[in-house]
Amino acid sequence: MSTETLSQLDVDRTRGDFHYPEQHTFDAGSGLSHATVDYISNVKGEPDWIREFRHKALDVFFSKPMPTHWASADLENIIFEKIRYYLANAQRPTRSWDEVPDDVKRTFERLGIPEQERKFLAGVEAQFDSEAVYSNMKKALGDQGVVFVGSTDGLKEHPELFKKWFGKVIPTGDNKFSALNSAVFSGGSFIYVPPGVKVKHPLQAYFRINAENFGQFERTLIIADEGSEVMYMEGCTAPKFETATLHSAVVELVALKGAKIQYVTVQNWSANVFNLVTKRAIAHEEAEVKWIDCNIGSRLTMKYPGVILKGRKARGEVLSIALANNGQHQDTGAKMIHAADETTSNIIAKSISIGKGRSSYRGLVHIPKHLKGCKNNTECDALLINSTSRTDTYPAITVRGSGNSVQHEASVSQVSAEQIFYMQQRGLSEAQAMSLSVNGFVNDLVREFPMEYSVELKRLIDLEMEDSVG
Amino acid sequence: MSLVIHNLHARVVGGQQILRGLNLEIEKGSVHAIMGPNGSGKSTLSKVIAGHPDYEVTAGEVLLDGVNVLGMEPDARSRAGLFLAFQYPVEIPGVSNANFIRAALQARLAAGEELEATEYYGDLYKEMDRLEIPRNFTARSVNEGFSGGEKKRNEVLQMAMLKPAYAILDETDSGLDIDALKVVSAGVNALRGPNLGVLVITHYQRLLDYITPDVVHVLVGGRIVRSAGPELALELEAKGYDWIRDELSEAALAAEPVLA
Repeated sequence: MSTETLSQLDVDRTRGDFHYPEQHTFDAGSGLSHATVDYISNVKGEPDWIREFRHKALDVFFSKPMPTHWASADLENIIFEKIRYYLANAQRPTRSWDEVPDDVKRTFERLGIPEQERKFLAGVEAQFDSEAVYSNMKKALGDQGVVFVGSTDGLKEHPELFKKWFGKVIPTGDNKFSALNSAVFSGGSFIYVPPGVKVKHPLQAYFRINAENFGQFERTLIIADEGSEVMYMEGCTAPKFETATLHSAVVELVALKGAKIQYVTVQNWSANVFNLVTKRAIAHEEAEVKWIDCNIGSRLTMKYPGVILKGRKARGEVLSIALANNGQHQDTGAKMIHAADETTSNIIAKSISIGKGRSSYRGLVHIPKHLKGCKNNTECDALLINSTSRTDTYPAITVRGSGNSVQHEASVSQVSAEQIFYMQQRGLSEAQAMSLSVNGFVNDLVREFPMEYSVELKRLIDLEMEDSVG
Repeated sequence: MSLVIHNLHARVVGGQQILRGLNLEIEKGSVHAIMGPNGSGKSTLSKVIAGHPDYEVTAGEVLLDGVNVLGMEPDARSRAGLFLAFQYPVEIPGVSNANFIRAALQARLAAGEELEATEYYGDLYKEMDRLEIPRNFTARSVNEGFSGGEKKRNEVLQMAMLKPAYAILDETDSGLDIDALKVVSAGVNALRGPNLGVLVITHYQRLLDYITPDVVHVLVGGRIVRSAGPELALELEAKGYDWIRDELSEAALAAEPVLA
């Protein structure tokens, strides 16, 4: 394996790299001001409290500096004045694919969404730029009281539930980009699962960016009431444009007593997308929250899914896979905030850096002194494919008190030339050999994934490795 | 039909010359053994034939049934029918043996063709039984945490599954106790036949008690200096390599100038 055979790659995201001409009925124009916020709020016909929430958030956004004192300087390349903050055709999603406009329907058909819906999903929401164009759920779930709609409809149809939890897990001022999202959010999912209801099949949202110079700011809120269970999966793609695109979501999960939430992400943005996302959950007594987070695409991803372990015996888990190819920086990790006795958390993060790709792991584990019987396990493993690849680990673990335990393991390994030669000697091409190595590296984690997603992830890894071998 | 190595010169990339005009012909159906002292170029020969990127060929050719393989990638050589049982098999964490061998077989099929799973596992289990390999082996990662004996059995298993035309066994006896040596040898012997040519590379005669070669060659200084029947191995075992070196020091080595 020589460095020149692993040259630059322009990742072939064959399924995601296409777009149709834009036709937007609603367009907030370029740039960001209080007028932008009013435009969005007017179009959506929002109540005053949300309008005020947005305006306050915008002020917070303006007042906060870029986090470049610890994060990548590449953030400076986001030109907020050039971004378009709201683009939509209609305000309400349809419940039938037949009513979705042809271009948009074709987009989702090429991405395989209606097919997946028929095969194994309990519900689907498909967002195109700023708004969901399609949203549907199996009727039986609706009869059980499960709510699965977009954030706009969530606010309209379930104002009390929405207001009770919205912005409570991630306050506006958590960081500059959560403030930005709070000011201009649109789309995303609102889910409520009533007490004791166990949703057997996953609910899925698909986020698609079609427009250039655009920012997508979906806002998702999932509330799993006592003893309920739900799995939510999200996928995302965009065509590759010359200019930078911004995706900045806020996702809040609330798992009430004994509830279980699994949140699966397979992020495959094109290499011009800044993906700056804040994701956090609150787990009440004996509740379980599991984030499965796969980052394959984007130019820069900064995302550290977290769980606040608020109730006794709550459990939080983050399983994270990041793949950084040439020109990509995957800055990912996890946060576990223990706030009750006997809470446990588990973080397993694996990253792969190829060519000049860079992956960073940032972890925060906090167990205060007054707690008893808390446990955390953290493992982060990095695999470097080339000598030019880079990985960094920034763990921050504050564990106080005597009755708590924490375990941290980290490793860095490299795919060796001997390994590749051995596999080639058995008849595998260099790309197949690399792909097998990488899949082997993430294998124990992928086994934890829902089957459909582990197949998709393997396919994406194969594609990346094919392209990385010249 | 044979594997012909003709006037092979090779060196470490940018480094020392190791093979200096090596000639050898392994006919299909035959077993040849190469013996030689440490540093004579035995392992280099196997790696050069297989296409290891650390070595460069400076002259000569390697013909597999008439086709020169030296311009081919290592994987193409493998698919053309060349198998190398490694002296130090490499660990591949997270990749199960069953998946690895399956991927290697799949790589031999035309695009769009799929390996038939039931048939594959049937073949795999049959070969594993022959090598006394327990069933839980299929789920273990390739060579990870294997004992020396397990690693070598795995090499022979892969050889049995891939059905090469020519196989090179590089010091397959190293790291084996006598019981493992018997099992591995029996595995190789079971594969012997008119469709397979074998080159056994070994430092010690012991292995040749179990895998009886048709021809024994002695490799010294990057060249074959003597070829004879199996009795040559016994002679080497009894007398060591020094007597050949001594004989050569005046005659053969002086006659042919060593390439720099």
